Amino acid sequence: MISFVEMMHLALHVGLPHFLLLSAVLFAIGLFGLFTKKGIIAVLMCIELMLNAVNINFIAFNHYMPATDLSGQLMALFSIAVAAAEVAIGLALAFRIYHDHHTVNVDDLNHLKG
Amino acid sequence: MNFLAIGTEIAIALLMLIVLAADLLLPKDVSHRRIGVISMVGLAVILVYTFGQYHIGASPTFFGGLFFVDNYALFFKQLFIIGMLFTILFSLEYTEKLLRYRGEFYVLLLSALLGMCVMASANDFITTFVGLELMTVSFYILVGARMTSEDSSEAAVKYLIVGAASTAVMLYGMSLVYGAAGSLVFSEVCRNIHLFYAAGLAGVIMVIIGFFFKLSVIPFHMWAPDVYQGAPTPVTALLAMGSKAAGIAVFMRILYTAFPILGNFWLPLLAGFAALCMIGGNIMAIRQTDIKRMLAYSSIAQAGYMMVGMAAADLAGMKAVLFYAMLYVFANLGAFAVLTVIDTERGGTSRRDITGLAQAAPLLAAVMTISLLSMAGIPPTAGFAGKLYLFTAVVERGYLWLAFVGFVMSMISVYYYLMVAKAMYRDLTPEEAEYAAPVYVPLTVRAAVLVSVFATLGLGICPEWLASLTNAAVQTFMR
Repeated sequence: MISFVEMMHLALHVGLPHFLLLSAVLFAIGLFGLFTKKGIIAVLMCIELMLNAVNINFIAFNHYMPATDLSGQLMALFSIAVAAAEVAIGLALAFRIYHDHHTVNVDDLNHLKG
Repeated sequence: MNFLAIGTEIAIALLMLIVLAADLLLPKDVSHRRIGVISMVGLAVILVYTFGQYHIGASPTFFGGLFFVDNYALFFKQLFIIGMLFTILFSLEYTEKLLRYRGEFYVLLLSALLGMCVMASANDFITTFVGLELMTVSFYILVGARMTSEDSSEAAVKYLIVGAASTAVMLYGMSLVYGAAGSLVFSEVCRNIHLFYAAGLAGVIMVIIGFFFKLSVIPFHMWAPDVYQGAPTPVTALLAMGSKAAGIAVFMRILYTAFPILGNFWLPLLAGFAALCMIGGNIMAIRQTDIKRMLAYSSIAQAGYMMVGMAAADLAGMKAVLFYAMLYVFANLGAFAVLTVIDTERGGTSRRDITGLAQAAPLLAAVMTISLLSMAGIPPTAGFAGKLYLFTAVVERGYLWLAFVGFVMSMISVYYYLMVAKAMYRDLTPEEAEYAAPVYVPLTVRAAVLVSVFATLGLGICPEWLASLTNAAVQTFMR
């Protein structure tokens, strides 16, 4: 058990664990949404959540590291760019499947199986 | 800055831009074969250039060691270029007839190739990630490139969702590894003992899971059959040989140079998943009637065979993996060249569509049979030599059971490979007489399949030539 004083200390000083917790929660929400959401737009949003959780992680680790070399922030930049590219293609494909299958519901895409 | 080190990548990027410009200049209603020819000539020149890059001394690096051009990377780059070159060669006809955006198709093929080449040389997680995403993002579009096919768009959506989610998992793992080890460079990561902390271990596991998704290792394989079946046939060929080999190239480098101190954890894991892949892939391939879907399960099994070599984790194992990856390219080229022709002429790739191919196009039927036998590992094809290298390497490391599983599963795989041969060679019933009508085989396809057959048989009869090349590539790994 931690004492009240320690708890207040923990609550008032935002440190690395808080960021990691935030990012883990975001990642979990994204992963949960990925499995439960049906519309492709919502699925893309969940993937975006997961990728943003990763960015928080990288930047937080980079900030609190003893010797800063900025490679974490660099990785976050690359990850933002790639996420944008992925979502651009995802939205184009959303148009495409609406045109082909008249639905954006991922669960209804079940022609290919076996 | 040693720009010669990234000469291959610069050349591919330039070629990509040239192809893009040529596509813009060319009127829409003109044949786009010449664009394919431009890219093939360019790739052939680059292939010759990469032979000159093999070296004995220290490997050239770029960007402070983040981009590492050792002989191992060069070998994989040549593998990708060969695969891409011959895929373009046999798909000229297919692209012309079935795809709407023909010029863009070649541009995207080249950008996927660029991504693969970057992956082969990656020496830190940023380069790995950029290369991997360049490749997969190009493939998302390529899989959906057949605008008239509903299966193509469905496959593209499935690939995008699974691919992006697996990227997120892998990136999360990389961030944890970065937090634990304090660096993104492989050689720095391996020195840090903090990798043994919970965060580091979780990160390593998530990175491995991310790669398992990309390599479609069972139980992370569910996307592969759908995507392989729905994608345009040449793209399926590239997914099976290029994308998989690129994943293996970078996965092997990460395991051996970034996480070697955790070897006791991931080696048994790798052996277990290899066995799972070989068993599951081969068993599930048996009941498939679509040839592309069958080859998807077969490629899961082939990834299992290659992971056997990775589980050996020594020079002999690596050498076997490199050898197998190369011969798998040639076997795939043959099989998919035939399927591409079938898809163009008969509008499908099910077992019914290849009926009577022995009468319609004897050359194609023979090539298909030889390629499939090579995948099954029957002598005198190259597949036999490759499996021999893999299994001897792993037996010497004490995994006798793994070699046994691989051996039994290879025997089982012969069944479904020969089912395809049976469909092609059996006598036709009177109702099926239409299937005996000759199929038009373009000259380019003839050239591609002949090269693949000569390579498959040649490497099977005298594997020393390729073996010495893989030896050279492995001996100087990371040097």
